[in-house]
Amino acid sequence: MGGLSNQLLVVTIFSYVLAMMAYAVEYAFGPRSLVGQRVLVGAGGPASSDISDISDSSVGARRAGVAAVGLTVLGYLAHLGALVARGIAADRAPWGNMYEFVMTATLVGVSAWLIVLAKWRNLRHLGLFVTLVASILLSIAGMTLYVPVGPLVPALQSYWLVIHVGAAATASGTFLVGFVAAAMHLIRLGHDQGKRNFPYSLGERLPQAGVLERVTFRVHAFAFPIWTFGVIGGAIWAEAAWGRYWNWDPKETWSFIAWVVYACYLHARSTPSVSRRITSWIAVVGWATMLVNLFGVNLVASGLHSYAGV
Amino acid sequence: MRWIVSVCRRAWRQLTSMRTALVLLFLLAVAAIPGSVLPQRNVSPEQVRQYLRDNTEWGPTLERFYFFDVYASPWFSAIYLLLFTSLVGCLVPRFRVHFAALFRKPPSAPARFSRLPASVSDIAPVPAADVVSVLRRRRFRTVVRVDGDVTEISAEKGYLKETGNLVFHFALLSLLLGVAYGSWFGWHGNRLLVQGQDFAFCNTLLNYDEHALGARVGEGDLPKFCLRMDKFAATYLDSGQPVTYKADVTVTQAGRTSSHLLQVNDPLRLDGANVSLLGHGYAPRLRYTDKYGKTHEQVAAFLPKDGMLTSDGVATFPDVNLNPDTGTRDEKAQIGFSGVYLPTLPSDPSVASSAFPAEKDPRLMLQAYQGVLGFDAGAPLSVYTLDQRQIDAKRLTKFGDPIMLKPGEKGTLPDGTTVEFVGTEQWISISIRHDPGQPIVLGGAVALLAGLLGSLTGKRRRVFFRITPTAMSAGGLPRGDYPGFTEEFDAIVAAVAPAASVPGQVAQTDVKEVV
Ligand code: HEM
Repeated sequence: MGGLSNQLLVVTIFSYVLAMMAYAVEYAFGPRSLVGQRVLVGAGGPASSDISDISDSSVGARRAGVAAVGLTVLGYLAHLGALVARGIAADRAPWGNMYEFVMTATLVGVSAWLIVLAKWRNLRHLGLFVTLVASILLSIAGMTLYVPVGPLVPALQSYWLVIHVGAAATASGTFLVGFVAAAMHLIRLGHDQGKRNFPYSLGERLPQAGVLERVTFRVHAFAFPIWTFGVIGGAIWAEAAWGRYWNWDPKETWSFIAWVVYACYLHARSTPSVSRRITSWIAVVGWATMLVNLFGVNLVASGLHSYAGV
Repeated sequence: MRWIVSVCRRAWRQLTSMRTALVLLFLLAVAAIPGSVLPQRNVSPEQVRQYLRDNTEWGPTLERFYFFDVYASPWFSAIYLLLFTSLVGCLVPRFRVHFAALFRKPPSAPARFSRLPASVSDIAPVPAADVVSVLRRRRFRTVVRVDGDVTEISAEKGYLKETGNLVFHFALLSLLLGVAYGSWFGWHGNRLLVQGQDFAFCNTLLNYDEHALGARVGEGDLPKFCLRMDKFAATYLDSGQPVTYKADVTVTQAGRTSSHLLQVNDPLRLDGANVSLLGHGYAPRLRYTDKYGKTHEQVAAFLPKDGMLTSDGVATFPDVNLNPDTGTRDEKAQIGFSGVYLPTLPSDPSVASSAFPAEKDPRLMLQAYQGVLGFDAGAPLSVYTLDQRQIDAKRLTKFGDPIMLKPGEKGTLPDGTTVEFVGTEQWISISIRHDPGQPIVLGGAVALLAGLLGSLTGKRRRVFFRITPTAMSAGGLPRGDYPGFTEEFDAIVAAVAPAASVPGQVAQTDVKEVV
């Protein structure tokens, strides 16, 4: 089972990378794409046939987009399978160490992405960035964080593991999608203001800023209570495990920081005098604190949580 | 005088603004960072001491500015107290407004529905009572106003949002209060508990390795109980990773004795205190036979250095070599051992660290010291190391070569005295804590979550109907971000007047953001 899980993870990463390429093709050759036009002109085609070429290529681009979604779903199924196999092999919830946590959080991220996609179909090319982030995180997990299947240290043997870490992984995955939306919103805003250098050049093909902003908010408003619940669950668990519900160890501290930053985001979002550009920046900062919490704290700091290990 | 009042008023308004709250929230996040980078006294006092020893240049400055007690520092407290002041200032007026709104009738309908984000006109009129019953069934608060032959119905729903918001913020306050209450009236202590009746301990401050009492707790307030550890068992994977820790303990409280199983994640909840199992280690038992043939025994808890429980510690024998004839003792011939204990000797003996955390092939490595142990010097002395100052001053010197012993083996020191490694006892480290603020904090956390859900899912909206003898029109106004509003509005109109629900009659304006 453990071996199966590893093989499925390889399939997952490959599918996501392929999906990413397909999204990239759609992105580059889709309609309204400057990139696509420039390529065609560069190829020396006569100006008159440009239009038909573009529409031809945009049919191809749409196919690439559909293929990308298909590949994402395929990767998603393999991803799910890898996690389930891991859980069966270890005979417990599959988020007992950092490798498994990253696998779970990215799975939730891709799930959240698929839900967003079902609701707002015109956001499809954001899949490029979601699969990019997911395949990077999964590759890091597979290459540097991998640990063989095994039982948990005593401190982790508790049903709170399922609740607390499950909530944290769910919230992390959802914040990941929220981060992508926030970043795209900022890129689109920059593009609208006439910036054309990278990464604002990507703004061309993105949905309208208002749509992106609303998705950003909705995703964060969904993730925030889950994160809150996860932190509260952690405190209850800490009370049982260490006798004290809050110890200010590095993991708790960074969870608190992330929570405050996301609270800041929600506040700023409902303060009319704060621009939507600033609110999206706060969301990006929030994601940065999540990453510090996941990678920085686990790999560098030592605290009560450090047995959770790598 | 006047200007003082006006300055104060302006400052208060400034403090209670949303922007200030935002800035303070951000500051709170930033101010929490140093505590995760620098060791903190409340978590790891030993690391703080080490840090101060290693950083003589910066350490004292950081110390002065409370960087090792970030979460109790004046600047961190200032930020959250300001934040909570701002919170109160912000919420009390909102609370009043909301309370009034809960009892106020929905406002009268605007003159022109076509201006609203959703509207429909020229539907066949239905009796006002039918409209009202549809709206009431959907739990709208509804009021009917009749003016001549025109009937206007205003309905409002979604107070949950603001209620949730207020509950959430007040819950934050109760969290703060719960934490404060717990820190005033709570106490805690940590201690190593070695197996066996000889090491049972009773709950007094003297018996703790480390303790802290809340400001309102006196020594006499500690609940009375005694605790003994009878047996400890750990199981490990082949990799050395621990799988279970189980400690059998006996508690005597209020004259009754009871046995319990103490495990990680399963604290012992006594009357007035919770006992949690944090870790475990080994305590070698040494028997030293002095020049006059008298034996002295000591059980010395060794502290684990790594996951395989390579442990180090010291055993000291200050009262040895009492000449039975003269009744005097050479105070310069005290004996101390510094040792490393390996529960499992590694296959490569040059590696001085254990190969497995359980005792498969245990070895104790000892270095004897002779001289003045330095117990009376007055400075705090760790029971896990010899006094380095005595060693540096050559008042305490190495005595013979290092010895490596199996359980039951004896080593001989240069003066013919012997030391026997009798065996080991297990110890557990426990934390004993009482925090009466906990129920308040837990209740606050539950309220916080409930309020948050209400606040984020609740949606305030108003629906209006105007009925004349010949026609009926309707309009709807969502307040805030509510993309599904048009569908809800359509459904209400369809429920009121089924025939009118032809798509296209409803103005499909994109929901305006009213923020
Ligand atoms: C202790 C620090 C605080 C935290 C952690 C916090 C957190 C939050 C969160 C997470 C929300 C989002 C819920 C929602 O969207 O309704 C919120 C909303 C809100 N907060 Fe706070 N808050 C704090 C302090 C304050 C202060 C000091 C004020 C007043 C200046 C304030 C006023 C508000 C208001 C008015 C809303 C509702 C916004 C709306 O109408 O949607 N909060 N707060």
